Amino acid sequence: MNIDHEYRTDISSGWTRKHILGLQDLSKDELNIILNQAAEFKRLAAIGETKLTPLAGTVVANLFFEPSTRTRISFGLAAKRLSADTVDFTASGSSLSKGESFVDTAKTIEAMGVSYVVVRHKTPGAPQLLAQHLDANILNAGDGTHEHPTQALLDIFTIREHFGKIEGLTVTLVGDILHSRVARSNIWGLKKLGAHVIVCGPTTLMPTELSQLDVEVSNNLDDVLDRTDCLNLLRIQFERQRGHFFPSIREYAHLFGMNKQRISKAKDDVLILAPGPINRGVEITPDVADGPHSVILGQVSNGLIIRMACLYLLHLQRTASLGIPG
Amino acid sequence: MKSILIKNGRIIDPSQNLDVQGNLLIEDAKIKGLCEATTTADEVIDATGLIVSPGLIDLHVSLCEPGFEEDETIESGTAAALAGGVTSLGCLPNTSPVVDDRSSAEFILLQAERAANCHVFPLGAATKNNEGKELAEIGQLVAGQAVGFTDADHPIENAEIMRCALEYTRMFDRPILNRPQVPDLTDKGQMHEGFHSTVLGLKGIPAAAEEIMVNRDIALAELTQGRIHLMCISTQNSVAQIRRAKQAGIQVTADVTPHHLTLTDQMLETYDPNYKVLPPLRSQEHIDALIEGLKDGTIDVICSDHTPHASEKKTDEILGADFGIIGLETLLPVCIQSLIIPGHLSWSELISKLTCGPAKILGLSKGTLADGADADVTLINPEIKYQLEPAHLKSSSQNTPFLGQELQGRAEIVIVSGEVRYRAEN
Repeated sequence: MNIDHEYRTDISSGWTRKHILGLQDLSKDELNIILNQAAEFKRLAAIGETKLTPLAGTVVANLFFEPSTRTRISFGLAAKRLSADTVDFTASGSSLSKGESFVDTAKTIEAMGVSYVVVRHKTPGAPQLLAQHLDANILNAGDGTHEHPTQALLDIFTIREHFGKIEGLTVTLVGDILHSRVARSNIWGLKKLGAHVIVCGPTTLMPTELSQLDVEVSNNLDDVLDRTDCLNLLRIQFERQRGHFFPSIREYAHLFGMNKQRISKAKDDVLILAPGPINRGVEITPDVADGPHSVILGQVSNGLIIRMACLYLLHLQRTASLGIPG
Repeated sequence: MKSILIKNGRIIDPSQNLDVQGNLLIEDAKIKGLCEATTTADEVIDATGLIVSPGLIDLHVSLCEPGFEEDETIESGTAAALAGGVTSLGCLPNTSPVVDDRSSAEFILLQAERAANCHVFPLGAATKNNEGKELAEIGQLVAGQAVGFTDADHPIENAEIMRCALEYTRMFDRPILNRPQVPDLTDKGQMHEGFHSTVLGLKGIPAAAEEIMVNRDIALAELTQGRIHLMCISTQNSVAQIRRAKQAGIQVTADVTPHHLTLTDQMLETYDPNYKVLPPLRSQEHIDALIEGLKDGTIDVICSDHTPHASEKKTDEILGADFGIIGLETLLPVCIQSLIIPGHLSWSELISKLTCGPAKILGLSKGTLADGADADVTLINPEIKYQLEPAHLKSSSQNTPFLGQELQGRAEIVIVSGEVRYRAEN
């Protein structure tokens, strides 16, 4: 059933942005537009309206220059739920191995009629680069250690869904802040929506000047547990680490891993998030990952509707800029 | 040979403490000194409104030939030098093959002679193939007219090799030029480590990466009594260490680039690889310290650190982009913007950093308008304003963040060995 009239609501009015490159650039109002649009898509899904049509006839290209499972599938499914055609690109075996540049590869794919480009790349700023060279609307699916806006949005959506608000909550990001694009996006988004953010991890995994982002910095998880409403346990990014930032996984788990003992020190209604993929037994023990405080799988479901919301809003901007009636 | 009379210019020659309105005569490729306006000559240049300076000297420049001719050649690089007012330059040995023997130094001289633009002085490799393991044939390179020794963009990491290099070059009274960066701390770094690297998610290079090696090099210069020249100084603490070393009588000199005096790490916000340089652009407090270092003589020289890269090496994503920007043609205007207009340096002080300063370090009989000196002269228009366009550039590469910006000041006429080799187009 075509229910265009139901999801085209006042929620999205005021959205004028062509690209979603990171949460640093977005205003509080823009963040709320995305979250509210996602809530609307979730409501529709709950009543069985899972196949919508606003992007019918358009093409979404998912350009993944870096390995990904959940984000790539989530974006692909989000585009299909909105009835777009999709083109999937992965770097391995592509023309990049023949020496073609990143921008030329993207431009070539765009020339096949692509309107929306979802890009993941190991280089910070790669989505910004595409935004300069392509006409398509760009959606950042993670750029190196810079930003991962849709992951942060789904985290924030999940927290808001649970607590009914963001303002006034204390959210603690634990782990490898230095290499985490999720942490950076979360910090921008949560701060704009009024949360108190604590970042917690070993000193070697904390970037310099972090406190200038108006966050509380801690190196002791036990000290901050009882003040925390929501813990977001970031993955130790073994693939990005160039050296030895901590002596052993065992020691990391001892100092910063979330386990049953630590849950007992936390608030009764503490919410546990993890962007995944999780390293069981490192950042989180299995009993906590699968326990009552965890919303890890709920995050994955919310990821789909957040990505639908982002694509839909970019589509509204595109049609408006082309003078196509909404 | 013919004579040239330069009339009515503001003649500034820091080597003689000279800053006068007057007329300069050139005869037989030599400076013949100040003269009357009525003096006759084969050619008369009206220098009204212009500064008449000794030809500028750029201490270290990448000309990329042989091996990287897609970036620059000796011909195109020296043409860019002329357009920037540079009449002599030190040519880095970051070529392929590396300039680590006499014949390769002589090749540079031969190509420079063929190009017939500006003077080129080869800098020889300090170690074989710039690998930092064994000393290069420094004596042979001196015979091939190498004027100093450096492993270019490879810091000399091994302290024992550096000690030997400083001791060995004492025999020839030549300096070792080192780019102080501890490789373990710069590994995979893209920009200055600080607030902006944190926000941008780019791996930072801490100021300490430079300062640790500055400290070591000063200690080794003191130990060996050798001459160390520290290239592209960029941090507050480096300036402080060099200042203390000079006060203690250690033979240390240093240079800074114009872009490190003007641009901050915040410029990387756009992820434009044209702001990706090594050492990285730092924060304002470091810039302020560098300017103080120039004012009090701690930093001896300003040089462009001209580093051309063909467009395909500089236009893609920032992690893959090479470090470095071209600088010969923006050397003067960026110095004017960062030092003259704000009043940090007088014209005489600036010209000193661009002429007699570098000449002294490399032991060149250049950088002066004294009677009998080589007739290398740069006529500077200090007031002209223009927008830098790609078409202006004589370099083969266009990797500069200043493209499209309004600049002030340029070389109007450049004389090399008594010949007018460059005139700016209107």
